[in-house]
Amino acid sequence: MEKFIRKEGLVAPLDRANVDTDAIIPKQFLKSIKRTGFGPNAFDEWRYLDRGEPGKDDTKRPLNPDFVLNKKRFEGATVLLARENFGCGSSREHAPWALQQFGFQAVIAPSFADIFFNNSLKNGLLLIKFDAKIVDQLFKETASNEGYRLAVDLEQQTVSTPGGQSFKFEIDPFRKHCIMNGLDDIGLTLAHADKIRAFEAKHKVAQPWLF
Amino acid sequence: MAKTLYDKLWDTHVVHVEKDGTALLYIDRHLVHEVTSPQAYEGLKLAKRPQWRVESVVATADHNTPTKDWDKGITDPVSRLQVETLDANIKEFGAKVYFPFLDKRQGIVHVIGPENGATLPGMTVVCGDSHTSTHGAFAALAFGIGTSEVEHVLATQCMVMQKYKNMKIAVEGKLGLGVTAKDIALAVIGKIGTAGGTGHAIEFTGSAIRDLTMEGRMTLCNMAIEAGARTGMVACDEKTIEYLKGRMFSPTGALWEKAATYWRTLKSDDGAHFDTVVTLDAAEIQPQVTWGTNPQMVTTVGGNVPDPAQEKDKVQREWMERALKYMNLKANTPITEIAIDKVFIGACTNSRIEDLRAAAQVAKGKKVAGNVKLAMVVPGSGLVKSQAEQEGLDKIFTEAGFEWREPGCSMCLGMNDDQLSPGERCASTSNRNFEGRQGAGGRTHLVSPAMAAAAAIAGHFVDVRSFK
Ligand code: SF4
Repeated sequence: MEKFIRKEGLVAPLDRANVDTDAIIPKQFLKSIKRTGFGPNAFDEWRYLDRGEPGKDDTKRPLNPDFVLNKKRFEGATVLLARENFGCGSSREHAPWALQQFGFQAVIAPSFADIFFNNSLKNGLLLIKFDAKIVDQLFKETASNEGYRLAVDLEQQTVSTPGGQSFKFEIDPFRKHCIMNGLDDIGLTLAHADKIRAFEAKHKVAQPWLF
Repeated sequence: MAKTLYDKLWDTHVVHVEKDGTALLYIDRHLVHEVTSPQAYEGLKLAKRPQWRVESVVATADHNTPTKDWDKGITDPVSRLQVETLDANIKEFGAKVYFPFLDKRQGIVHVIGPENGATLPGMTVVCGDSHTSTHGAFAALAFGIGTSEVEHVLATQCMVMQKYKNMKIAVEGKLGLGVTAKDIALAVIGKIGTAGGTGHAIEFTGSAIRDLTMEGRMTLCNMAIEAGARTGMVACDEKTIEYLKGRMFSPTGALWEKAATYWRTLKSDDGAHFDTVVTLDAAEIQPQVTWGTNPQMVTTVGGNVPDPAQEKDKVQREWMERALKYMNLKANTPITEIAIDKVFIGACTNSRIEDLRAAAQVAKGKKVAGNVKLAMVVPGSGLVKSQAEQEGLDKIFTEAGFEWREPGCSMCLGMNDDQLSPGERCASTSNRNFEGRQGAGGRTHLVSPAMAAAAAIAGHFVDVRSFK
């Protein structure tokens, strides 16, 4: 996992509530057995006018000119602005993979679905929760300022606007530590291998039918 | 101190807690299927890590498998490769049991766990699938996980988690005739919204829940995730224990007695604290039909498609307008005037024997309406299928004009050939009506099995209670 400390980038607004993981990456792309290659199919049904299929050359497909991420001014965006309950639905980790491989490093929204939240942080895609009022303000500023950028500072836990405003966000210290240092969760957990073994032995005595 | 069921399940599985409350939670059962596991096994191989406890894994292939012409195998090469990758991974890493494609116990991962006694009360259960909440019906702590977490559990037998808040959804009283667990689930989501349970572990309680069969409780817990909660559960009672007796992996003899004694303690103590409490009156719940592109967009069969103009909040209003446009529905249309093109009875929500019996009872001696292009029944597993055939349900369905298929996820998400075409409208017993879920441009209305069967016969939605 790549380290994330401070990043600054162009903002793209996705002004819809309850964006689900089926929309972020449609099911036909889940047939892949790889972790990469999902970027061109992020938001596939909204982004293209035809139906996407694994193996199809996406560069030759007709783009939907009305879809916000196809607009020239949002090309190269790394921060996604979204509404309530972003990422609801399935547990597919292909959703954060697709967002990252599309180019996003952070998503800002009033709320996220639980499984999507975990999946994203595990991959170093930073999800930032702000009060709906702040998110609304950011939507407005993005709309009225071409080339609107935000600076995300994980160490300070702040998002700063070009106007010099700075908003603080919450993140649990363990997650923050992992993302800032690009740490592999499994390695950290295995450092407790003795404790896991001891627990297992005890658990086996208490509920032997589970083993 | 009085504990909730969730508190008890949590406390008996904590291995370690960090200062900030992040815990390592021990996982007893890991259900694996072909879609969310290949990258996890690949990760293990790359890091040269062994699997922590082979015996915890129960695997099957379900999402990509076809539901007809099994003798032809899996014809789509991309799907086939994914299923074969699971075959190879299980061969290399091992499992307690694997029900591969064509096995007579193969089926939807959330159907095969309970029916084989691989899901037991008091367990922690994970699966790379959000509907893992289903297993909570057995007083187990069950949640869906992503692929990184699948790899993490394979390698460490643990999950890194923060404890959720406790939420109680109490449904008291008696359900009306023709009203089912599916209707309770949809009514709950309609009331609290698809994010209503976010950050919470839900326990469903109350006399109406106690009255449900195990199948009904599974349907309800299955949809906890659609209410935003990663886990939903029901306390253990004699029904739970009775259901598990004699199943393939259920304990036997003295161990069974010991287990059952422990299982009877798996309920919330009197006076336990819940952070959020929601109550519903069972008698008021009507058969439900969704009208939009999210399970929260639901109303009663006697209701109308709502009018976005009545919604004051701008974000909500635009969301409703977009949904109606996608669904090609006009505000204020009575639900019973909505005609359908296809019917799907299946999915981990409603593909168990009781669901098929309910649908068959409605379909018996009738014919699928002329405007319905396809009505299909997809049992949840090979065991459900053979049970249904023993009871003659397959005959009832085929005589009425339904197709009787092989088990799998099928048109719940259409990773195989079973899909809606653009613009087609479907009465479906699955759990999600998101845009494109059952096929790009497809329009899904979520209903109970009996309501789906009635819609198939009538050609449009009808109130199953007055349906003759
Ligand atoms: S039936 Fe549908 S919801 Fe259930 S596991 Fe399969 S795809 Fe997921």
